[in-house]
Amino acid sequence: MGLLDKRFENGNVFITSLDNLLNWARLSSLWQMQFGLACCAIEMMAASASNFDIMRFGVIPRATPRQVDVMFVAGTVTLKMASRIRRLYDQMAEPRYVLSMGSCANCGGPYWEHGYHVLKGVDRVIPVDVYVPGCPPRPEALLEGIIKLQEKVRKESLVKKSA
Amino acid sequence: MTAEEIYKSLKTRFGDAVREAKLDARQPWILVAWNSMKEVALFLRDDPAMQFDYLMCLSGVDYNDGRLGVVYHLSSMVHRHKIVLKAQCTKDNSHVQSVSAVWGTANWHEREAYDLLGIVFDEHPDLRRILLPYDWEGYPLRKDFKVPEFYNGMKVPY
Repeated sequence: MGLLDKRFENGNVFITSLDNLLNWARLSSLWQMQFGLACCAIEMMAASASNFDIMRFGVIPRATPRQVDVMFVAGTVTLKMASRIRRLYDQMAEPRYVLSMGSCANCGGPYWEHGYHVLKGVDRVIPVDVYVPGCPPRPEALLEGIIKLQEKVRKESLVKKSA
Repeated sequence: MTAEEIYKSLKTRFGDAVREAKLDARQPWILVAWNSMKEVALFLRDDPAMQFDYLMCLSGVDYNDGRLGVVYHLSSMVHRHKIVLKAQCTKDNSHVQSVSAVWGTANWHEREAYDLLGIVFDEHPDLRRILLPYDWEGYPLRKDFKVPEFYNGMKVPY
């Protein structure tokens, strides 16, 4: 298990900071909002299936913003969808995180020049924590993105705001 | 029926409403006046020798010379023949008769052509935008369309 097991070595005394406990709890159960918008969603589904088994990271797909910690924006964000994404992000409870998956959500991807209807990066409407490059990224890349997000959560503190 | 027989049949029946045709093309096409589209379509669907019961596709075109066009790909399940119809209008007066009462498929296809090219289909039962948001301005697939700088406060260009 890691973090908690090591604390039990010297007798039955449990010592950790509140920060560590909260961060451990958060990073071990990053419930995910399903936000498949395009072909990246297929890779996200593949990551959820048995070969890659996203649930071993504690990531459980939920269909409502009120039960989630992290939103995976997987796919092309059109201008029509952008306002909906903003609205759903506003409905998520804090602390909340956003993982932008694939070139389209990162920067517009192949639509960067002639895509009159595509938002050139989801970070123009909501703050993004982790960018996963690829077109589309393989499930391993998504898992890597989740691990990066866990690293970020691990460094958080109640006292000082993390960047 | 061959394309030539279809063309002759239409020409004798509708006269000047059938403008021109290219029958040696890989997909032979017939140009029909924009304001006779519906009666031609009804004839093609209901005539026992024609029976074009299937509208495979309806597309909009911008020819980039002030003209807009609509292309209808028709097929008959009964007689196993195909034909392409075309209608044209100008950008200033972009009206074409709707065929959504003839083939139900045309309903959404015409909405798409209206959405992206601004072709107004007369007598269409529900001519709204189908893909773009309702507050979108302009018709993006027209060749002279300029991408807006902002849409609802979101910067659009890269």
